[in-house]
Amino acid sequence: MSNKRVIMLGNEAIARGAYEAGVKVSAAYPGTPSTEISENIIKYKDHIYSEWSPNEKVATEVAIGASMSGVRAMACMKHVGLNVASDPLYTVSYMGVNGGLVIVVADDPGLYSSQNEQDTRMVARAAQVPVLEPADSMEAKEYMKAAFQISEVFDRPVILRTTTRLAHSQGLVELCEREEIADVPYEKNIAKNVMMPGNAKVRHVEIEKRNLELAEAANTMPINTLEMQDTKIGVITSGIPYQYVKEALPNASVLKLGMVNPLPKKLITEFASKVETLYIIEELDPVIEEQVKSWGIKAIGKEIFTVQGEYSANMIRKAVLKEELGTKAPAVAPGRPPILCPGCPHRSVYYVLNKLKMHVAGDIGCYTLGAVAPLSVVDSVICMGASISSLHGMEKAKGKEYIKNWVAAIGDSTFLHTGVNSLMNMVYNKSTGTVMILDNSTTGMTGHQDHAATGKTLMGEPTNAIDIPNLCRAIGVKNVVEVNAFDIATLEKVIKEEVAKDEVSVIITKTPCVLLDKSKKPVYIAHEDKCKKCGMCMKPGCPAMTKNENGTICIDDTMCTGCGLCETLCKFNAIELLKAGDQ
Amino acid sequence: MATKNIMIVGVGGQGTLLTSRILGGLAIAGGYDVKLSEVHGMAQRGGSVVTFVRYGEKVAEPIVEEGQADVIIAFEKLEALRYSHFLKEDGALIINDWRIDPMPVVIGAAQYPDHIIENLAKEHKVYTVNATEEAKKLGNSRVFNMIVLGIAAQHMDFPKALWYEVIENTVPPKTIEINKKAFEVGYELKN
Repeated sequence: MSNKRVIMLGNEAIARGAYEAGVKVSAAYPGTPSTEISENIIKYKDHIYSEWSPNEKVATEVAIGASMSGVRAMACMKHVGLNVASDPLYTVSYMGVNGGLVIVVADDPGLYSSQNEQDTRMVARAAQVPVLEPADSMEAKEYMKAAFQISEVFDRPVILRTTTRLAHSQGLVELCEREEIADVPYEKNIAKNVMMPGNAKVRHVEIEKRNLELAEAANTMPINTLEMQDTKIGVITSGIPYQYVKEALPNASVLKLGMVNPLPKKLITEFASKVETLYIIEELDPVIEEQVKSWGIKAIGKEIFTVQGEYSANMIRKAVLKEELGTKAPAVAPGRPPILCPGCPHRSVYYVLNKLKMHVAGDIGCYTLGAVAPLSVVDSVICMGASISSLHGMEKAKGKEYIKNWVAAIGDSTFLHTGVNSLMNMVYNKSTGTVMILDNSTTGMTGHQDHAATGKTLMGEPTNAIDIPNLCRAIGVKNVVEVNAFDIATLEKVIKEEVAKDEVSVIITKTPCVLLDKSKKPVYIAHEDKCKKCGMCMKPGCPAMTKNENGTICIDDTMCTGCGLCETLCKFNAIELLKAGDQ
Repeated sequence: MATKNIMIVGVGGQGTLLTSRILGGLAIAGGYDVKLSEVHGMAQRGGSVVTFVRYGEKVAEPIVEEGQADVIIAFEKLEALRYSHFLKEDGALIINDWRIDPMPVVIGAAQYPDHIIENLAKEHKVYTVNATEEAKKLGNSRVFNMIVLGIAAQHMDFPKALWYEVIENTVPPKTIEINKKAFEVGYELKN
């Protein structure tokens, strides 16, 4: 009997793999391109407990606790999330597991939605954690099961590494039944689970041994596959680049590594001896290449391939076969960078900050887009939570007067992720800065996930909602002010007042994300005869507003959401509310 | 059969994901191996987005490469221009005759190119419709993508009944009728 075949997104297949592998606990913080794993795991909520944790460190520790108790558990995150989770990662590597433990980490070659292009395999090598890397949706599902087996057999946490292209591609997947895994009994084991120096020293010896055993076993593991064909060209590759190799070099011999850490030295050495020219084709860093070359094996890798961005079959054809492909050059076309949506409450806040000539220490989320013209109001964006702490650092370097024209701007989800720690620091270390929490009641950029202040869990249950204003007060912030993001007159007044104070202030602009409300909204129209072409309404950079040939304003009624910001800014009554629902 | 390469290009938020999923469902119903590649996250916020659909006997890579697209479905004119070099010599370019100014154009830092469709038609097989206006006539400007898809369907080898079946299975139940009606408009359009 053949199993059912369905089309699945890579992330959906990972969720299915978790289900089939008998996972019982999954924790995550949203982050493109990993978010849809958790959004699909809730399909299996009768079997798997899953949650949004406030950050990746917490999520990983939740999974570690579940593993310690004897069940199969997982945590999911994007590559930069693993930085936040690296503290538990490096040490759980010493501890090992009880129930299987898998951490799914999604890299983003090409930076579709990230602040850097780091390679998780480098982190995994440093933390001595095994890494599996699937090449399509079917493998993504199957490798989840392999990852749990390796985790339990070798007593290691295992990383399943994906990239944006795998996570967000769909392919056919053959479904299997869920394997019910019996819980492993918990036994108190201080030497293994209490990582104080005396114990950790012993565990370090143990994991070095386990890693050698795993590297040896990798030589015969079925997930490392050898495809011997024409031996003129041999390629070592893994993950999505394998697919590009198959398109570009269909006759080449290929060693496809399903496990990219540790490497199967014997298998690689044998393969290298059988082919005339060996290429190592891996996106991002030369992780496989440097190790293989360190063994004295001759190979071509980053001499002809970039460490940046995504690869493609054409890129391989050009680099390896030196083919002239005769492809046309791209047409000259103005760029279309991402922008804040029409009706986004962040636009209103940034308009006011711009008007007041403020500098903004920014953060990670939709509101990062405040750095894009014409707003161009955000000065810096580093990582989750850094807006608040970097503003504090500036004050300590240059004094409180220096930051009177600065604010930190952070979203609600990011504030709860790590921003709250930075706010504690401001209060504790006597900062006087102003923090703006742009609270749109959701985790916006990743596609609207709940968080600790929304009152709903990942599994759809109502729950306690953290009260952000009261949380700030409890930390010790005396000046906590709430303002509607679209009330620009009040907002302007409040910002002026709060930055003038010699105390920490938090201004919360609580206005929901425009995309949360799916109802039909009223739209605005611009009257050509009243428009004086002053350009005031264009200042916030709303994408629904363009100019007619004669320079008057035109509002695209398919895009307008009726936020009214342009109407507020027009002094000539040229912009008028049309009617609700006429779209 | 050689692998078929389809691209859907547009502006984030225009519904490229839904359209690619319909194409994916169609390929599966036709008994093919299929891979789709989508864009999520930041680019979806009003940026330029591209979705790839590939189907055939056995599909390896999930992306369409330059010069290999059999059909490009463009939901906006400038995006048609941006990705036109992906088209095969004899490939079909289906364009929604609709303009959305990117921010550099809105603020005067760049010019929206003139005569995009006329210029593309000199080099490619181009089929156009002002689908957004047509969709407004149907009472919902958002279903413009089904009109464009209907035109694309004229250039693909799937029976009309199968298109309807897949649309029914893919779009939200409440919107099945209007989506099918919009598809019909495109499917019957001659140009």
